[in-house]
Amino acid sequence: MNNKTSSNILIVGVGGQGVLLASEILSDVAMRAGFDVKKSEVHGMSQRGGVVSSHVKYGPKVFSPIIPYGQADILISFEQAEALRALDWVKKGGLVATSRTRLVPPIATGGQFTYPDDPVTEIRKKIKNVVALDADKIALELGNIRLVNTLLLGAISSGLQFDNAAWEQSLKARVKAKFVDLNLKAFARGQNAAAEAVAS
Amino acid sequence: MKRLLSGNEAVARGAYEAGIKLAAAYPGTPSTEILETLAEEYRSVYSEWSPNEKVAFEVGIGSSLGGARTLVAMKHVGLNVAADPFMTFAYTGVRGGFVLVSADDPEMHSSQNEQDNRYYARFAQIPFLDPSDSQEAKDFVRRGCEISELFDTPVMLHMTTRISHSKSLVEENDPVTPPELPFAHEMEKFVMIPANARKRHVVVTERMEKLRKFAEETDLNVLEENGSDVGIITGGISYQYAKESMPNADYLKLGLGFPLPLEKIRRFVESHKTTIVVEELEPFYEEAINAAGLKVEGKEYFSRLGELSPYLVSKGLYEAGLAEQAKGADFEAESLFPRPPILCPGCPHRGAFMALKKLKVPVTGDIGCYTLAVLPPLHVMDSCICMGASIGNAIGLEKVDKSHKGVVAVIGDSTFLHSGITGLLDAVYNKSNVTVMILDNRVTAMTGGQQHPATGFTLMGEPTRQVDFVELCKALGVEEDHIRQVDPYDYQGTIDAVKEQMEKAGPSVLITTRACVLMPKRIIDRAYKVDLDLCNGCSACFRIGCPAILPSKEMTRRNRPKAVIDPTLCTGCTLCAQVCQPEAIIPVEEPSTVAK
Ligand SMILES: Cc1ncc(C[n+]2csc(CCOP(=O)(O)OP(=O)(O)O)c2C)c(N)n1
Repeated sequence: MNNKTSSNILIVGVGGQGVLLASEILSDVAMRAGFDVKKSEVHGMSQRGGVVSSHVKYGPKVFSPIIPYGQADILISFEQAEALRALDWVKKGGLVATSRTRLVPPIATGGQFTYPDDPVTEIRKKIKNVVALDADKIALELGNIRLVNTLLLGAISSGLQFDNAAWEQSLKARVKAKFVDLNLKAFARGQNAAAEAVAS
Repeated sequence: MKRLLSGNEAVARGAYEAGIKLAAAYPGTPSTEILETLAEEYRSVYSEWSPNEKVAFEVGIGSSLGGARTLVAMKHVGLNVAADPFMTFAYTGVRGGFVLVSADDPEMHSSQNEQDNRYYARFAQIPFLDPSDSQEAKDFVRRGCEISELFDTPVMLHMTTRISHSKSLVEENDPVTPPELPFAHEMEKFVMIPANARKRHVVVTERMEKLRKFAEETDLNVLEENGSDVGIITGGISYQYAKESMPNADYLKLGLGFPLPLEKIRRFVESHKTTIVVEELEPFYEEAINAAGLKVEGKEYFSRLGELSPYLVSKGLYEAGLAEQAKGADFEAESLFPRPPILCPGCPHRGAFMALKKLKVPVTGDIGCYTLAVLPPLHVMDSCICMGASIGNAIGLEKVDKSHKGVVAVIGDSTFLHSGITGLLDAVYNKSNVTVMILDNRVTAMTGGQQHPATGFTLMGEPTRQVDFVELCKALGVEEDHIRQVDPYDYQGTIDAVKEQMEKAGPSVLITTRACVLMPKRIIDRAYKVDLDLCNGCSACFRIGCPAILPSKEMTRRNRPKAVIDPTLCTGCTLCAQVCQPEAIIPVEEPSTVAK
């Protein structure tokens, strides 16, 4: 846990993956801690399988709801090539948590474009602090694909100043009662994965 | 506690707090969530999806006429559709306060153009308000109602994608009870025959004078003095970007963007060494200020194309010699594959466009999810201008182009009801040989699954009568045997049906019958898989552009990738199986019969 008083978190994924829940929970935690919070995303056309992103910024006072290029402290990605695409948004010394999910669009199945073989290795060449996990698989094991949101939040939680009680409170506020336990489990799994990644 | 609300949610809250009684709209990104939130959270406000923006606006006028505070919402291009009532309502003025929300889309995230609707306010000579976050979006609805009633004018609330879709903290208030002003016969004010309209035009010019005075005094225009010799005039989201770059400059933040407080601006410009205008898209403020004989800079440093951003504003301020540095960096060119939006796995539009691609006919297009068929690999569609345009385009093209047997117009169900009906009427009336293909997926999909007059439900969730497309086309005069339905999951059947309809003399209609797989509920059938022993790597399935079909690691002898289907994405529409020559695409086994 750190004591920074402001943070920029970029969340990316592919339209249809449901990346908005993670940013909702994150904004809620920051708001309850008394910060000014802004969050920005674009709905519409890109939700049909295009790149989607959500910017979350908090601090004593936030003006612009979007993060300047190169100024994200943390990047959360629901898809590994999208983490690679968004990598230059991340500050030096920033933290990346990505799912190893691989979504190859039809455009990259022909000859003109190719999907990179191993995006995570390429990411590691540029950023030291990377947590990569089979988020879809773990989420399905736990019982629901939507749990990817809380898994990835768990994975980046050490990069923010909120304690587990605060996360728990926001989870309870933002997910249906019957899913709270599962989400807490997913969050812990994400935290463990991150701890292991640091240890190794 | 404050709530984190998007600009659109805040406008809905604002409508509730202002005591607005009626809200009408047609969906359109980035405005859609305003009415959705009203219908979900503030059910004391009557809210409706109208068939199009013109009707929504007219319903709104009726409500104002009845003395109720009223809100209508639309995306920027929606106001083109509603421009007729809008321009004249500016003459009549209101009874109940009237707020028009125009949600513009700089950068065209989900739009066909990025027109700057601030000019519409000036065109119609009505005031517009320019919120810079959700708190203001909410508060300005009530302020808008008050200005509307005080000056007897409709008021525009100018939203942009970033304001509509960004969330920020909002302090909520209790709803107010607006003044009662019941319906009365006021013919001279509301019946715009020339004799009355001439008088009203005089009123409009007098009203503008009063509004100019108001602009000088109102606290909507905020002066922020920090003792700087740099002055920044701005409004909307640009204010936030500028503040992030130069928090200590002096600001004149325009909450009322038209009419401008030119005297206040004069004092501001004269008391600063440099004054610069930061605004998105067109130099709306800059030109008006320069025209008043004041020297300000602006568009020299900030693009009129697309959205601004914290970086672009900071870079512009730096290049103008005002900021010490440009915070942030230019985007690096991406070396990665692109990821354009695409028709979903199982989308019924896919079958329609596979057939049209096979037939190589001219296809005039329209706006909706199906417009995505223009992108490779489907790559079908020869025009897309505005909602409803496909049919008129087809009629014109067919009249002059004799090198083809006919023209097909493709149009979604919601779009047909929005503005396609009159096009088809023209095809009948003027004996056109077009084939109109109504892609009826039973929902307004592109904007997130809204109801429309053929879905059987209203915005507030009440069951209602459902338009029957066949009966409607008959009533418009299309001959009964020229109207056909087809299952777009039947590839050959769709090809045959299009051919058959095109051969008929006069206008013909072909209606597809499959519902959207995503909305209102997900439709999933048994998934399909590829038998890798049978797959010959011909890539026919790749060419239908389905996100569930991927190249496998396995290669043919000629080193071409065989296909694999992601079982979690496949909905079992079978279209890929129908184009697979070696019949390598087969249903997955039922779980109980998995042999192992
Ligand atoms: C005048 C105008 N209003 C609204 C929109 C936003 N919009 C684009 S397409 C569309 C409707 C799409 O529904 P439909 O025709 O049923 O096609 P689908 O997306 O379901 O395939 C809407 C509301 C627009 N582009 N222009």
